[in-house]
Formats: sequence, structure tokens, C-alpha cells
Amino acid sequence: MPYEPASVGGNGQATVAEPVVVSGRESLPAKRCLAIYRVMVRTRAMEERMIKMSKSGEGYFWIGGPGEEAFNTCLGFQVKKGEGPAYDYLHLHYRNSATLVAMGMPLIDGIRQMAMTATDPHSLGRNFPGHYARRDWNVIPISSVIEIQYVMAPGTALVQKRHGGDGITIVTGGDAGTAEGDFASCLIWSTRPGNELPVLIVVMNNGWGISTPACTQHGEHRIIDRGKAFGIPGEVVDGNDPVASWHAIRRATEYVRGERRPYMLEPLVSRLHGHSSSSGAARVKGEPDCIELFERKLLAAGVLDPVTREHVHAEATAEAEAASEQVRHEPRPEPEDVEKFTYAPSPVDVVYPGDYTGLPPA
Amino acid sequence: MATLVQAVRMALHYGETHLGATDIFGEDVGPPLGGVFTATQGLKTAWNSPLDERGIIGTAMGIAYAGGRPVAEIQFCDYGFNTIDLLKVAGNQRWAGAGHYDLPMVLMTPSGSGIRGSLYHSHSFESWASRLAGWKIVMPSNALDAYGLMLAAIKDPNPVLVLLPKALLRVRGEQLIPGEPADENVLKEMIDAPVGDRTGWQPRWPELQEYVVPIGQAAVVREGGDLTVVSYGRTLPLCVQAADDLRDQEGMQCDVIDLRSIFPYDWKAISASVAKTGRVLIVNEDTEVTNFGEHLLRRVIDEHFYDLLVRPRVLLGKHVPGIGLNQVYEKNTVPQYDGIRAAMHAVATEAA
Repeated sequence: MPYEPASVGGNGQATVAEPVVVSGRESLPAKRCLAIYRVMVRTRAMEERMIKMSKSGEGYFWIGGPGEEAFNTCLGFQVKKGEGPAYDYLHLHYRNSATLVAMGMPLIDGIRQMAMTATDPHSLGRNFPGHYARRDWNVIPISSVIEIQYVMAPGTALVQKRHGGDGITIVTGGDAGTAEGDFASCLIWSTRPGNELPVLIVVMNNGWGISTPACTQHGEHRIIDRGKAFGIPGEVVDGNDPVASWHAIRRATEYVRGERRPYMLEPLVSRLHGHSSSSGAARVKGEPDCIELFERKLLAAGVLDPVTREHVHAEATAEAEAASEQVRHEPRPEPEDVEKFTYAPSPVDVVYPGDYTGLPPA
Repeated sequence: MATLVQAVRMALHYGETHLGATDIFGEDVGPPLGGVFTATQGLKTAWNSPLDERGIIGTAMGIAYAGGRPVAEIQFCDYGFNTIDLLKVAGNQRWAGAGHYDLPMVLMTPSGSGIRGSLYHSHSFESWASRLAGWKIVMPSNALDAYGLMLAAIKDPNPVLVLLPKALLRVRGEQLIPGEPADENVLKEMIDAPVGDRTGWQPRWPELQEYVVPIGQAAVVREGGDLTVVSYGRTLPLCVQAADDLRDQEGMQCDVIDLRSIFPYDWKAISASVAKTGRVLIVNEDTEVTNFGEHLLRRVIDEHFYDLLVRPRVLLGKHVPGIGLNQVYEKNTVPQYDGIRAAMHAVATEAA
């Protein structure tokens, strides 16, 4: 589904006439929920396909976001998508596939990165999966380095504040990474007196740092509590619940767009396949699965039936499998691609007026 | 003539008024101080940042991603070491991200010894920086080059590190910057902030002209067939002085190459000189183990082995943990005039 601004369709409580899905005191229109549901299932199918590729030798390493689909899909649908400071900048982490899929990324583009093809639009077959980059959508290149995105976010937000309009910067990372100083830098630089910045600071809290439980390393009660010292409002949200996540994101983005000040969100999410393929990427028992939970809710609300559910899953699986089959036949990077995209063409460089070409020649 | 630091300031003014520089920032960069070395006094886009080097680099990256053209300052390169992975990412993001984003950011930072700066105001940074693929690294040794290299750094759409030799920041140039008033007192009156209360002070900028020193272009500042000396930054004027003295006192003629760009370096200039002289000395003050000069030495040996008349040499800083405050340490840690002259004499006169 293409981007729809929050103000169009489902930004608030459903009207009386529409079928709705209720969660607590909040609800979303059924149509919106089904769109979210489809992206969640499609993203999961892509991730599961990529996990298989990491085991079959079609790829070397997998890392991704099963367990974060509910929140990340809702985030992707509410992004003001476009290029430049009038639109939202996204400083994401490597578990944000659902955000990109919600924004319109075809599954095959994620699978191309997994397969390291020359057609991989995000990194030319160079980077791990989930390490997206898209200039036309303001997706800043995702790095494996934990938490550094938080220290870049004030920079894009500063340009946006100066630019005017309602474009914001959205930065996402994990709970373990908040131990890095860059997280504190983000809080400080986003709240310089008189220079407060429109940054939505998201911390996906799955309770883990690779193999280390957060509770053994972090004494703070909630991560958003750290924002209180800077006057940054925030909320903890059930990141496995799309209805709750949708409204939390809506409140957060409305605040940041309007107030031009930072806001924090701490979605509590699952990590359904461990940290990465380095820990086996097997399905973890005992953590809630946002897709199963949402299906139950949709079935109970009568907006999804078992046949449609099977159809959505079958369609997503078929899409991911067709994509992985197609990429097998796509070109791989060539040795001459090694230096490509190192430098932008420069009018003032006499050695590399174009791209890098190896050591300076005689 | 302008000092090197005045030249930097004028270049930044030209950058923010003619080349689209949007943000000149760092610790103490904005008013009232205008930089601990005064490099950023009176600039309209200069602002103070938190005392957070990683924040400075990250914010500069963000500004550049969003279409700005930042010039960030790390107050002393000694304090840039905790930013090294951000610098790595700034250099690799275009490559890693399949060319989606250019990152037109400039990082300027004073580097090297010469101000009795002890352990944490005397480091060199170019050897570390030379390992940051995707960056360009320049280091002027005089005011005019500082102006021209800073303009090039701002115009270049890639990350450019401008290393400022702190020992030379107060040294006056020998050539006028285009548009600079001939009388240095007039210039001082126009662009130096007064000592004390600066409330209400505004600079009066001269009508500066564009002058670009291309990145990757060395300057052969002395010419001769007896020896090739490659240097940059603080040690460059010492090499020039030694070359002049050896010429006047010993009748030797040396090629002295001011590299100006660490990366990309001007291999054409080095190669042509080595082919001519067959004798090479590389001088810089960074520590000697895995020094950038060793890379140049490797290429000299690889590509000019049969042109060499005597073994090529380097004269570098000692591999010690730091430079001590007592001047006996500094003078015996990094190359000084006497050692440079002796090394030049030795390489030039060794029997072939």
C-alpha cells in the first residue's frame, strides 16, 4: 500500500458506520487493520525466506525484524514519504523491514540485498540484509554499528526545523544500544535551549542485547524515563499491538510535527528469531507473536475469516518465494564494482574528478 | 599578510557567503569566542555546540544528509579519537549505500605539535585519517594554501578533513589572498575580534575572491636535482629552510614537495621528482609505526626501485605514547630543524 498521510483514513477513532478493531479504549477501521495485517504477513514471509537463504547458502548472514512488524508497519504507514527536508528523515536500524514494506518497498528489494546481487538497490550486494538506503524516501543508510543513527538524527532535524513545514526526523534503535553515549547525545542535541528539534526518538525494547538480558545490565525503570530530564515527553506502548502502536505513533508524530520538539516512544516488542543467524535464527518459543495476536483480534472482530487468513499467508509466501527464485537469475557484482560509489564527482579534485579508481596514478 | 588562521577564517566567510556553507560549528566555535584559535570569529553561520565530539560529527553528517553543507570543528584532533567509527561511517556510507547519498561535510581540526601542548594537544592525525577510505584529507602549510584548500574542501561533495598545523596558525603568509588588504594591520582591524568585550562587534570583510587549491595537487616549493623531500604541515617550512640553507652553504639543490593533500596524494609530483633525483626523504611528525609516510615509501620502492641511487628514508615522530610537556620531550620526539637538515644532507650526499 502506498503512503497515506495520517490525516487521510484511520488517523483517529473509526466512525460509527465502519467496522472497527478495538484494543483497549482505542480502535482502528477494519480496512486500515487489514492493510497493516497484510504488510506484517508479507514482511514476515520475506524475513522467513531470508532466514532460509542464510541456511541454504544463498546468503551468508541474516538479521532482521520478526517480532517488530506490528509497530514498524504502523510507523511506515505514517511516514511523510519523500525526498528532502520537507519530508520525514528515517534513521532506522536493521530490524525495520516492515517500515520499508509499508512504505512500498517490494519484497524482492529486501531479498536482493540478502542475495547480494548487483540489482540490490540499497547496497549493491555489499551490506547485510535489512541495511536499507533510499534517497528518494529519505532513508539514511542503515549501519551495523549500534546506535550511531541517534547521533545523526539531530542533524537532519536541524535542517528540517530551519526549513519549516512539518517534516520530522524519526530515529529507531534497540534498547541495548541506549547504553551507548550516542543515545545521550541525541537527547542533549535535540533539546538545546531555543534549538529544540523535531525528532521522534523510538527505542524498540525487546529486552535483549544479543545474548544478554537487558534486566541484567540496565537499572533504569523505563528507557523513556531518561527523556524526562530533558523535558522530552514519551510513552511506552505495546509494540505487538498494531492498534495501540498506530495511535501511539499518531500522537507522537502529531506532537513532533506540530511542536517541532522531540518525543520518545518505547514499544515493547518480541524478538522471534534471536539476534541474527549468528545465534541460529531459530524460532524462539514463549515470546508473543504480533501476527498471531493480531489475527486472533481480527478474527474475533469479524474483519478476517480463516479462508482470507490462509490466502494472505499463501500470497505472501508465494511472493517471497517468487522473489528469491527471480534473484537467483539476476547479475552479481563484478570485480570492477569494488571501488564504485566511493566518491561523488568533484570539480575540485584533480586525482578523482569522478569516482575512486584505486591509488593515485602516476 | 594574513596569518594561516586568518586565512581559514576568510575562507569560511567566503564559504558561507559564496559556496553554500550552512553551518560552521563545534565547541566554542560561535560567539563570543569564535574558536580557541580565532578561526571562526565573526562568521554569520558559526554556532556553539555541546562539548560532545561524537555529537558534532553525527550532527554534521545529518546536516549533510539533509542537503546542508556543514563545516564542523573538533577543537583539537587529539579529541577526535572517540569519533573514529563515525568518521569511518561518514567515509563509507556512499559506498555502502550504493551511491544514494553524497555527504558534503568538512571537518577541520588543529593537528600536530608546536604549541607546547603536552599529551593531548600535540597529536597528529593524518596517519589515522589516511585509513578512512571515502574521505579526502588536506593539510596546508601556509595561509594562501589554507584559504585555497578550505574553499576546495567546502566545494567538494565528499567528506573532507582539513588538518590545520597548529604550530603554523599564527604564521603570516608570503602571498596575498585574493582580495586581502595589503596592510596586515588593516586586515586585523577589519576581521579580528577585539580582546575583551565583543558585544556589538561586527567584522568588515574584505572583498575576497575565489581561489581554489585543487585537492590532490602538491606544490613543488623548491626545485633541485640532488634530493626529493616530501613533507606537509609543520615540518614543511623546516624542510624549506633546510633546503635553502643547504643550497646557500653546501650548494645542494633539493626538490621540496609540499604534499598539501594527504589523500588523494599527488603521486605524479612525487614520482616525477624521485625519477629525477633518485634520493628520497619523507618527513612528517606523526608517530613512526604505520605512518602515512611509510605508504609513500612503499610506493617509492615498488615503483622506483631501479631509479633509486641510495636507500630512501623517512624522518618521523617517535613511537612513544605522547609528547611530554617539558620541551626536552617535544624536541626529541618530533622532527626539528637540525634533524631534518642532517637527514637531508645525509640522503643527498650518501655515496651511490
